[in-house]
Amino acid sequence: MLKTEQAASLPAAQAETTPSRRHSGEWWIEQIIRGAGLSTIFIIGLIFLFLLREGLPAFVRISPLNLLGVRWYPIEELYGLLPLLVGSLLVTVGAVVIAVPLGLITAIYLGEIAPLWQRELLKPLIEVLAGIPSIVLGFLGWVALAPLVQQAGAPTGLTAFTGALILAYMSLPTIISISEDALYAVPKEYRDASLAIGATEWQTIWRVVVPAARSGIVIATVLGIGRAIGETMAVMMVTGNAANIPSLATGMFFQPVRTMTATIAAEMGEVAQGSLHYQALFAIGIVLFLLTFAINSLASMLIGGGKQQRSSQL
Amino acid sequence: MSSDVLDKRELNTPETGGPKSKIEVNDFNFFYGTFQALYDLTLPIYERHITALIGPSGCGKSTFLRALNRMNDTVIGARAEGEVLLNGQDIYAPNVDVTDLRQRVGMVFQRPNPFPQSIYDNVAFGPRVLGRPKARDLAEIVESSLADAALWDEVKDRLDASALTLNPGQQQRLCIARTLAVRPEVILMDEPCSALDPVATLHVEDLMRRLSAQYTIVIVTHNMQQAARASDYTGFFWLGKLVEYRRTPELFATPKEALTEAYISGRQG
Repeated sequence: MLKTEQAASLPAAQAETTPSRRHSGEWWIEQIIRGAGLSTIFIIGLIFLFLLREGLPAFVRISPLNLLGVRWYPIEELYGLLPLLVGSLLVTVGAVVIAVPLGLITAIYLGEIAPLWQRELLKPLIEVLAGIPSIVLGFLGWVALAPLVQQAGAPTGLTAFTGALILAYMSLPTIISISEDALYAVPKEYRDASLAIGATEWQTIWRVVVPAARSGIVIATVLGIGRAIGETMAVMMVTGNAANIPSLATGMFFQPVRTMTATIAAEMGEVAQGSLHYQALFAIGIVLFLLTFAINSLASMLIGGGKQQRSSQL
Repeated sequence: MSSDVLDKRELNTPETGGPKSKIEVNDFNFFYGTFQALYDLTLPIYERHITALIGPSGCGKSTFLRALNRMNDTVIGARAEGEVLLNGQDIYAPNVDVTDLRQRVGMVFQRPNPFPQSIYDNVAFGPRVLGRPKARDLAEIVESSLADAALWDEVKDRLDASALTLNPGQQQRLCIARTLAVRPEVILMDEPCSALDPVATLHVEDLMRRLSAQYTIVIVTHNMQQAARASDYTGFFWLGKLVEYRRTPELFATPKEALTEAYISGRQG
């Protein structure tokens, strides 16, 4: 803190010694930019504090055994988070398993194989997909996808799998667009070197270009996961919203689940502020926050580990 | 012109007891779209010798070099006419497997371009893409390739380090080792020293000299001294044509063509 104060007072001192308008103008602009930058961090801090204030009491007032229970049934004061966690996990993991390979393959096609005119046509189209409101996709999932899932043999169309499909579709534009940028940024020299050794096009893509673009692809995946785990509306519409842990026997993915986000959205409207139920919903918020924080940290660790140190060029 | 350019006696062809040719280029023309980059090239490239290609920027020497392992195929609109015979077989024949050709005719580029992977993986790349060598064989190939590229002693203790931690001179020798690892017959070098300092340049030239005992080497260079120092034969390109092609000492001492003389003495180009 002391340091920033010193840094801030330095231009001011200069402004005093050289009494020109330019310097004081400079000083103000610097302050405004600094303020704008710091406000983001400040707001994030406030959000986290607010979450903690509203949600932490739940961890005290509700016994750990209850919180780790397998039933979420607030009317009977049962606040087991496990079914919600499992629900979020199933939907997210399902979405990632579908979206990452598909997104990466599409990005490879766009960046490495497709002729220029296709790339120029498809890339903006894919970016438009990212702008479709999630409620519209939820609606499509409900009307078009759920009946298909049911026909395929699931007991109901509203399942974790349906949610995963919709989420995968929602995170695809992010994954494709960012992966493709990363692949495109790989220097042509690497491709030339690989081809000149006698590698085929595909070997060049898979063994040289994709590894060189690794950090960008990891970022794409994490942003995709971030979108999936935080998504509420579309998931709420197509996963059936049953706060049960699906049984292993009948295929976990093909049963209704309820995610953490959907629980908060569905129940927030009907709770009294400050009640135990209210605090429990905020506790879910804290868990979600920590989860996304963990995923982001993991990603930056992966990217940091993948970065190669460059020697000082002559 | 070609009879002037290729004076068989001065080139020391097999008929005169000289080396045998590895590559025969016959009436070769090359186009980028409607632009003709190379005109009627006819020349031999001699086995286990170093051939330097000199000439001003844009004269077609790099295009010619890249035509020898068909790296130009990746350029849209590029088209070749005529023959390039490698061991008597036309590399532009329709049944030629380009990846096989490029394994036999390797290439080292202007700027060192090691992959952003470990030193070991860089050298092992070629053997790995060409087949599935056993781990022990692969380690042997990596060691011998690095040794042949005069880099083994400098990197043997840090084969797992990223190739990008090497200095540019070492990176270029690593790229040469990577090329050697697939046991090519011909090595093409496109201004391999232009991004290197003088010491690293001499290192690479020494290396070329040693490699020429086993490999046929073709090098494009802007550096006249380098061509004079490091090559056995020199071809002078001008506006897509081969103006003069002779043994290096003779070309530099007594150029026959006025253009050549003007260029090597620095008055033209």
